Amino acid sequence: MNPYNWFQLIFYFVVLFLLVKPLGLFMAHVYQGERTFLDPVFGPLERLIYRLGGVRADEEMNWKVYAIALMVFNVLGLLAVYALQRLQGFLPLNPQGFSAVSPDSSWNTAVSFASNTNWQGYGGETTMSYLTQMLAMTAQNFVSAATGMAALAAMIRGLARHTTDKIGNFWVDLTRTVLYILLPLAFMLGLALVSQGVVQTFSQYQTATLLQPITDASGKTVTTQTLAVGPAASQIAIKQLGTNGGGFFNVNSSHPFENPTPFSNFLEMLSILLIPAALCYTFGKMVGDTRQGWAILTAMTVIFVALFAVNVWTEQTGNPAIAKLGVDIQQSDINPGGNMEGKEVRFGVANSALWATATTAASNGSVDSMHDSYMPLGGLVEMWMIHLGEVVYGGVGSGLYGMLAFVIVAVFVAGLMVGRTPEYLGKKIEAYEMKMASLILLIPVFTALVGTAIGVLTPAGQSSVLNPGPHGFSEILYAFSSASGNNGSAFAGLNANTPFYNTALGIIMFIARYWLAIPALAIGGSLARKKKVPAGAGTLPTHTPLFIAWTIGVVIIVGALGFLPALALGPIVEHLMVFAQ
Amino acid sequence: MNNQLKKQSAFRRELYQRAILDSFVKLDPRWMVRNPVMFVVEVGSALTTALWVQALFGKGEAPAGFIGAVAIWLWFTVLFANFSEAVAEGRGKAQAEALRKTRQMTQAKKLKAPNRESKYELVPSTALRKGEVYLVEAGDLLAVDGEVIEGIASVDESAVTGESAPVIREAGGDRSAVTGGTRLLSDWLIVRVTANPGEGFLDRMIGLVEGAKRQKTPNEIALNILLAGFTIVFLIVCATLLPYSLYSVQISGKGVPITITVLVALLVCLIPTTIGGLLSAIGIAGMDRMIQRNVIAMSGRAVEAAGDVDVLLLDKTGTITLGNRQAVDLLPVNGVSAQELAEAAQLASLADETPEGRSIVVLAKEKFGLRGRTIGSSEGAPEGMRFVPFTAQTRMSGVDFDGTSIRKGAPDTMMALVQSNGQAVPPDLQTSVDSIARSGGTPLVVARNRSALGVIHLKDIVKGGINERFAHLRKMGIKTVMITGDNPLTAAAIAAEAGVDDFLAQATPEAKLKLIREYQSGGRLVAMTGDGTNDAPALAQADVAVAMNTGTQPAREAANMVDLDSNPTKLIEIVEIGKQLLMTRGALTTFSIANDVSKYFAIIPAAFASTYPVLTTLNIMRLATPQSAILSAVIFNALVIIALIPLALRGVPYRPLGAARLLRDNLLIYGLGGLVAPFIGIKLIDMLLAALHLV
Repeated sequence: MNPYNWFQLIFYFVVLFLLVKPLGLFMAHVYQGERTFLDPVFGPLERLIYRLGGVRADEEMNWKVYAIALMVFNVLGLLAVYALQRLQGFLPLNPQGFSAVSPDSSWNTAVSFASNTNWQGYGGETTMSYLTQMLAMTAQNFVSAATGMAALAAMIRGLARHTTDKIGNFWVDLTRTVLYILLPLAFMLGLALVSQGVVQTFSQYQTATLLQPITDASGKTVTTQTLAVGPAASQIAIKQLGTNGGGFFNVNSSHPFENPTPFSNFLEMLSILLIPAALCYTFGKMVGDTRQGWAILTAMTVIFVALFAVNVWTEQTGNPAIAKLGVDIQQSDINPGGNMEGKEVRFGVANSALWATATTAASNGSVDSMHDSYMPLGGLVEMWMIHLGEVVYGGVGSGLYGMLAFVIVAVFVAGLMVGRTPEYLGKKIEAYEMKMASLILLIPVFTALVGTAIGVLTPAGQSSVLNPGPHGFSEILYAFSSASGNNGSAFAGLNANTPFYNTALGIIMFIARYWLAIPALAIGGSLARKKKVPAGAGTLPTHTPLFIAWTIGVVIIVGALGFLPALALGPIVEHLMVFAQ
Repeated sequence: MNNQLKKQSAFRRELYQRAILDSFVKLDPRWMVRNPVMFVVEVGSALTTALWVQALFGKGEAPAGFIGAVAIWLWFTVLFANFSEAVAEGRGKAQAEALRKTRQMTQAKKLKAPNRESKYELVPSTALRKGEVYLVEAGDLLAVDGEVIEGIASVDESAVTGESAPVIREAGGDRSAVTGGTRLLSDWLIVRVTANPGEGFLDRMIGLVEGAKRQKTPNEIALNILLAGFTIVFLIVCATLLPYSLYSVQISGKGVPITITVLVALLVCLIPTTIGGLLSAIGIAGMDRMIQRNVIAMSGRAVEAAGDVDVLLLDKTGTITLGNRQAVDLLPVNGVSAQELAEAAQLASLADETPEGRSIVVLAKEKFGLRGRTIGSSEGAPEGMRFVPFTAQTRMSGVDFDGTSIRKGAPDTMMALVQSNGQAVPPDLQTSVDSIARSGGTPLVVARNRSALGVIHLKDIVKGGINERFAHLRKMGIKTVMITGDNPLTAAAIAAEAGVDDFLAQATPEAKLKLIREYQSGGRLVAMTGDGTNDAPALAQADVAVAMNTGTQPAREAANMVDLDSNPTKLIEIVEIGKQLLMTRGALTTFSIANDVSKYFAIIPAAFASTYPVLTTLNIMRLATPQSAILSAVIFNALVIIALIPLALRGVPYRPLGAARLLRDNLLIYGLGGLVAPFIGIKLIDMLLAALHLV
């Protein structure tokens, strides 16, 4: 990494870490049901929502009821998104007159947005009406994020409380997350983005005259260009903040109307990790020991920085095959150098790699550069971030509850090594917690690897591959990994808008979201019932550098052991081939 | 000496022969399925054996020699794991048998008929059955629990109740129950046995070390779930590798797909066979170590819980202090000289065989230079001494000679004696008695011819070395609480001297139970040692309850461990064994998973070398051929189980260094060691295979 890359990284993390404590503290207040400074604004609205919904805000649920409420809400939301797409031809706010989306694509998109994955098999500006974009996509961007955060809040309560079976009220957590956290943040970010030139309009697509007419493939001279516009800023703000990632435009945040300037790029990048990072502080605050939150945040950051360094190093090194063609890829005073294929010039290698690492680390899935065009090792970093279980920051809420499952496994083995039956934050980790934590670790591995196996075995899976060799394998592996991690980003080069991929990826996104959220709630429910063991001299401290290192080791080892063979046949062999020449 | 060594080695040979036989018996799949990790290995072994047979007929996916070698080493992996369990089992059984034979038995005077005149025969206490009667005389140990049917006597129940003062036991009424392990101080009793002693807990113990009957402990179950989780992950990894390989061959147009043999080899190398194979042996070995220290555990769960103990309740008497009090000072009253009092006190105690009495003689000798004068007419001793023993009726003891009578006894009895002589109690007598009581001691008044001479200060003596034991416990993170029937003043004095963290004075059974519940509701894990019937409710409530073998039957039934040595500080060892058990599991799990990294580096390049030759860059160990790489990994994986059997049986050593330090040390040894060791091991095996031209 050159000094410029370091500067980008350090500046990014300084700003991020400055925001962690205030936002984390605020969110802790929200989840502990305390008054915040936003109460005068949203308090009446909150109470109105409860009255309309018939919710008794002071009645808490046990984990099973909580899980049922979460599932009911999400399945209904999924059906609504499906219906909106299928019926958009008959509905208003459709200036381009788009017709109904195909059933398999609608299913895929419905699951994708409900599960906070935001995998997009479709191209937004050529498929979805404004109404669908706003009512289905933007609304799901809020509530799917809020669902993950609510599940996390419930699990944390399980760790913080003792000898109770109540872990909170789903409807209250959902409402308060949207009103007090997501709406204000999205509003602020949306305004900032508009100031940078991100579009926000209901008017039709614009036609502009080209300065320089061109000839298309059929030999016709083209003099005009259609500029897709729409209510983009409002959706982009929440897609970044809620680790959704589903772009308004097909090319996501590399589109100049979605991400026009380096400053908008910085804000959007910051928003990717903002809430997941701050939730670590919220966690520490709620369990009464902020060191625990900082420890987890440190573990995430160490993994992030290490993998970012690999990514930026391999991108800055560039492609030897291109160098052989006589292209200067060496960095100099007048040449940024490196692998610029698939990257926007206004962002460059460092900001593209930073975004790519952050968006895969955080299960966001938005992109400002094309992951398919990264060097094999760069692509490996992005894929592996997903393989680690989306726990390096991870999705809002889901990242931390996934990480807590890893911490529970780490505590279990480390606890044994100090000669006690393991405990975390005073709670004994027993067979039930191990069962649930194992599920959380196991299911993404299962869906990603088995999905890829089906993809490479079936003609339907193989026929979508546009690139030969190991890179084609990487594309299939990436698609199924992205769905399994509820990430949503894609290696382009794979035609995923086919019935096979729409259906298969839809099923995987569904399993990967809810078969993880429910065990996480189950852990919370089980821990809430337990007594709290006071810490003593023999208790394993879980905030020390040693324990942080151990947790990192567990995350890396589990991620490596599960995916190394598959990666060897994809990016690793591709890397060796590129540099063997 | 030489003979003993021979005997030992013969015993070992027998043990190992039996264990080898057992490892084959244990191949029964119905038995193997209890251990998911090793069951997978067994299925893999069977599968590769079938592939080998297929290869013998010339239709194999690889050379028959290679498949056969892999199959053999996979079978060895299973057998080695079974062997570890069989050895642990064999050792446990042998120890339990030895215990059964050598267990110390108290002798009892069994009566043919329930009266004093009847003849008795000496029988071991374990031979006494419910309903039979036995005789106890002064100085005898009561063999087993029972009910007094004739006689009245004073009994030292300090070993059971913690109360050092003797109690009166007599037929009829509510003072008729006597407890095994207590000692008769005076008179005699005829006792009817009310409980069958020590019924079969050794048999239960043997059940715990026998794999077939052994129930998995809670932590073992949780660990098994984690290991099963890892196994499933690797099953998925290996199962999906075949389609990936097929696709890679298809798109690169080169090489052959990965063989089933290699996939099975990879699977067995990856799943945590080291810990999976040794897990059962670790649990059994924990029980073995308990027996070695003469502790009989009633359940594996209790052994595991012992590692978590953070509060330890200890009875004062017999644990912290010597069972009986000793004289430490003589306080003359009424103008009597110290020398005069010492002489009288010594004379009164010459025939007193209780530890208190002997300590008075010793004190008089050491402090006042009075030589212990023998009973009878030796030089310096008054002629015609007649000793008056302590009885329950008089509640005093002493000596009569030359018309002089010397008596010693408790203050109230002695003051009554003095007053019966028409004398007033000297005022400084009361002061001295009070001051001794305040300091935590017991006063004993001495009188000559019914007039008071002074007071003997009896004091509880804290056991030597007990302070260090408590400091050791503190380092282990365990809080010690002393339980005593004494008043708070006495208790505080002794607690301070012994260095316990806290004490509970004037403890009633209810107060003990309440204290335990309080600690438990605060999330603490409480261990307790006890031996009395009044300890039984508290023992039943405690998480780890150790009853002394000398304790009463109810106490032993309420406890989940029995210490055959009746050594209350044995708990330190028990806790250490519990911790070792857990640490061994954690260390080997870490080692097992860390091992996997090297196996990937051995097998992945070998498995795909034909499709992507460029992957040989990953062969960082520079293993000779793809086949030798795979075989070396499988052989290492099997041998490491054998290599670690001693560690599994011995346990990872525990030192009270604090959790952070322990974790660091163990991570360095088993984590980093587990990462590096197989790289070296696999390379060495590969070099050997290549040198012998085996592949």
